[in-house]
Amino acid sequence: MSSGTAADDQFYREYILDHYKNPRNYGRLEHPDISHEEDNPLCGDVVGMDFRVNDGVIEDVRFHGRGCAISQASASLLTERLKGLALDEAKKIDKNDVLGELGIQISPARIKCALLSLKVLKVGAYGLADDEDEE
Amino acid sequence: MSTNGARRLDVAAIRNDFPIFETGIVYLDSANTSQRPRQVTGAMLDYFEHFNSNIHRAAYHIAEVATERYEGTREKVRAFINAASTKEVIYTRGTTEAINLVAYAWGRKNVRAGELIVLTILDHHSNIVPWQILAAANGARIEYVDIDEKGELRQDQFHELLKRSPRLVAFSQVSNALGTINPAREMVAAAKAAGATVLVDGAQGAPHQGVDVRALGCDFYAFSGHKMLGPTGAGVLYGRRELLEAMDPFQSGGDMIKTVRIEGTTYHDLPWKFEAGTQAIGEVIGLGAAVDYLSGLGMEAVRAHEREITEYAYEALSDIEGLTLYGPPPSRRAGVISFSLEGIHPHDLATIADRDQVCLRAGHHCAMPLMTRLGVAATARASFYVYTQKDEVDRLVGSIKEAQRIFK
Repeated sequence: MSSGTAADDQFYREYILDHYKNPRNYGRLEHPDISHEEDNPLCGDVVGMDFRVNDGVIEDVRFHGRGCAISQASASLLTERLKGLALDEAKKIDKNDVLGELGIQISPARIKCALLSLKVLKVGAYGLADDEDEE
Repeated sequence: MSTNGARRLDVAAIRNDFPIFETGIVYLDSANTSQRPRQVTGAMLDYFEHFNSNIHRAAYHIAEVATERYEGTREKVRAFINAASTKEVIYTRGTTEAINLVAYAWGRKNVRAGELIVLTILDHHSNIVPWQILAAANGARIEYVDIDEKGELRQDQFHELLKRSPRLVAFSQVSNALGTINPAREMVAAAKAAGATVLVDGAQGAPHQGVDVRALGCDFYAFSGHKMLGPTGAGVLYGRRELLEAMDPFQSGGDMIKTVRIEGTTYHDLPWKFEAGTQAIGEVIGLGAAVDYLSGLGMEAVRAHEREITEYAYEALSDIEGLTLYGPPPSRRAGVISFSLEGIHPHDLATIADRDQVCLRAGHHCAMPLMTRLGVAATARASFYVYTQKDEVDRLVGSIKEAQRIFK
């Protein structure tokens, strides 16, 4: 269609499609220190993340899941950023960081897709912090 | 109702009644909510601008006009569904509230512990969740009729369940997710013969085919105005008079009473017993205009047009590689087509279609048990109505091909 270029340029940018088709850090970790999964029942998107944490630093991270290009590309992008990051720093990542990284206008209807992986990080990371506090 | 089945809709003329099409959108989501013609918004505006007042109470002129239009709609609806009396036509906010009304006001009193409620896997959440809540409260059990590989209800299984003497059978006349037209008349007859009370969810039925509740033989029939060219906030529960008479009120308060004394209250007659509080008067008046509009077109012509568009769309989509269609062949479905594309999530397709001004639904269509049964999280869905043209289907095909190009 005539406005197809707009779709290419603005929404489904090449690198988003690339992250969708060739997700980085995709798969599972054996014996992860943190493992957490969230879903968005409205559209059936699922994202889960496994973390290996050493000395407060995310040594390794993998994600798995299924869903739309936005949810999966967002997860892939996030794992790239998380690798090697201190957990305390990871906790500071917010909505604007994730949306900024995607670099596209996300409509209100799709915002949950874009932020699903951040939710996994938040719930997962704080879950581990609680465990540590107890130790 | 049209007496001439061969009459064709003049779609170009119809589209002139819908200002929204001047925006250039291709609207393929009428199963979600339909568009509204000027006749409907005009009738509502007339009320708001010229005789806005409360009904049934005041003695001045404009209130009389408002009451007359509000009650006049009831007769239009009665004729539209061929109910025996306007006493059997209860206004609700929509199908959801109509079914909740039955679940609460009939169900709590009549469905007992251990009794069986039969639903179907095709049902919309609004015809599942109220019964689940009732079953939990009253200790009843629920069984769901499954579908076959074509997306049609397994009648063999339905008849097996009927042998267990269900207290209630509730099913949708037409599936909102697959478009399957259920053999409602046969199913109601079988369920009645088995001694069940029967509710038919007509949300996707009433807008698209002629409804005759007496020929259908059901006890309750629920539908929404906003899916049949009317406004949101106005829907209908039809109930057989003797059942409605025996039921307690749903909501209570103003306008549904005859007398209120400290010692106790007597309720109003039908249908007002079920219409507590100030009603959506403008919306009901809009619903009346929508019924007039559809009756003017003739429901046979409406159905014929939808069938033609659906057949055209079904064929066009069948030709696309990597596209999976769900549900029965076009001759046995309403104007709804659910599909999925290999490697492209429905939400991504909907976003790309939106760039072409094509409004497409993507999601579980409030039918999560059905999606689970089909083994998908979501589908894309195109749905059609009286104003849909073939070139709009072509635009959809264009968006699908564009999505495939982007995602290849």
